[in-house]
Amino acid sequence: MTDNVRARIIRIIADQAMLEPEQVKLDMTPEDVGIDSLGLVRSIFAIEEEFDISVPFNANEPEKSDFDISTMGSIIAAVEKLVADKA
Amino acid sequence: MNAKKIKVAKQRKPGKVKKATKFARVMIGRAIMGKANSGLSRVAITGAGTVNALGLNTAQTYEAMREGRCGIGQLDFRDVERLTIRIGGQVQGWKAEDHFNRQQIVLYDKFTQFTLLAAREAVEQSGLIFDGDLGLMSGVILGTAAGGVNTWDENYRTVYEEGKNRVHPFVVPKLMNNAAASHVSMEYGLLGPSFTVATACASSNHAMGLAFNMIRSGSAKVVLTGGSESMLCFGGVKAWEGLRVMSKDACRPFSATRNGMVQGEGAGIFVFEDWDHAVARGADILAEVVGFSMSSDAQDIVMPSAIGAQRAISGAMLDAGMRPEEVGYINAHGTGTAANDKTECAAVAHAFGHHADRLMISSTKSMHGHLIGGTGAVELLACLMALREGVIAPTIGYEEPDPECALDVVPNVARDAQVDAVLSNAFAFGGLNAVLALRKV
Repeated sequence: MTDNVRARIIRIIADQAMLEPEQVKLDMTPEDVGIDSLGLVRSIFAIEEEFDISVPFNANEPEKSDFDISTMGSIIAAVEKLVADKA
Repeated sequence: MNAKKIKVAKQRKPGKVKKATKFARVMIGRAIMGKANSGLSRVAITGAGTVNALGLNTAQTYEAMREGRCGIGQLDFRDVERLTIRIGGQVQGWKAEDHFNRQQIVLYDKFTQFTLLAAREAVEQSGLIFDGDLGLMSGVILGTAAGGVNTWDENYRTVYEEGKNRVHPFVVPKLMNNAAASHVSMEYGLLGPSFTVATACASSNHAMGLAFNMIRSGSAKVVLTGGSESMLCFGGVKAWEGLRVMSKDACRPFSATRNGMVQGEGAGIFVFEDWDHAVARGADILAEVVGFSMSSDAQDIVMPSAIGAQRAISGAMLDAGMRPEEVGYINAHGTGTAANDKTECAAVAHAFGHHADRLMISSTKSMHGHLIGGTGAVELLACLMALREGVIAPTIGYEEPDPECALDVVPNVARDAQVDAVLSNAFAFGGLNAVLALRKV
């Protein structure tokens, strides 16, 4: 399931950043991928819809959210946790 | 434009075109705004009225602003438990039947109800009766971002959720953005120019700026102006939640701990009157409107631009013939979002230079919430209070300085201070900026 979740998240982010999924690496920040704060809000919305989860994210204080958005890897880990908690 | 002119323009060197365009823009701007001020009327404010989370009239609102009281609390309406954002500046104890009859309530969305009550207070204070020629030369210019959102919400429920195939016959006249302006015109027999402006969070400032310019140019003698908003219903707040810029706990403008905006509702209505007309009838003039400027960022649909905001701030002072050093107070847009507050402070710092450290700037949204299209109108009350009573409304909820908002934001406690000139900022989604300049009488 983990790989599946990871691939689905990467596909969503790549789509938002207009990149190929292969171009999105785990150590990349949203900025590296070319996603601004609005792009992030849209990506998170798409992730919520994809996995039917609720992501605790406030665009005013992204660093304070329980949801770590610093890199692609941390986003994937946080979503995986939310998906696991839901199950 | 004819073909010959187009050809000539194309042949110009890029640098020259840019220079010529800039010059033309300044000249046209000055011509429109009448910088020479010859033959232009002065504009007095002779009445004010409001309904908002701090009170059902101006006296209650001023009192709350003086006390730094917070009108933001738990939202109370149908399905609020399905929202993640459950706080707002809701008008407390609102009962439409206390103010309007049954026939009227059928026609009035809440944003219209708030408008009419505020207009009643403003017109009463002005002492004006719009009979004879005055009615013909008076109008209504109001701002609202979304008009009858409660009416949309209720009737979408009817057809989508409840599956009914029939709605009340007055849904359209109730929800339309100009409903409030039209009802005000009918209430007072205002037969001149009336319309509604929708520029999101700058709607009221744009409306009041246009009212100012219409009187200044002689197109109207009196304009009832300001704006209103009432989006505090399930659909209204749900839409805002999507942007993830709303705070779950409080509106703390300029504080390092700020975490978003909080919505409010209500109306602010003012009587803008030709100065000579007001003086001739011995009216009590609350303040003089002296300048207005609008600018567009032309950059991003939600992210604000310091340059765009600064152009509107400087433009309002230029239009007013006001030196930056004269400005003692600015009512900030101050939404309490990370993006607005630092951008606004940068714009103020740039527009005022060293004087930015000497003026006071506060955001009363911390008390009444963000009234979106009605916000500039309710916030103009803080400007009137500063000019009339020498009391500067505070920015409440202020916890910790933010180096990016290092201005005197009048934290938490109102301040006694004599100011002679003030500005009121409004910067809307879509990059539309509108700033008003007022002087003490």
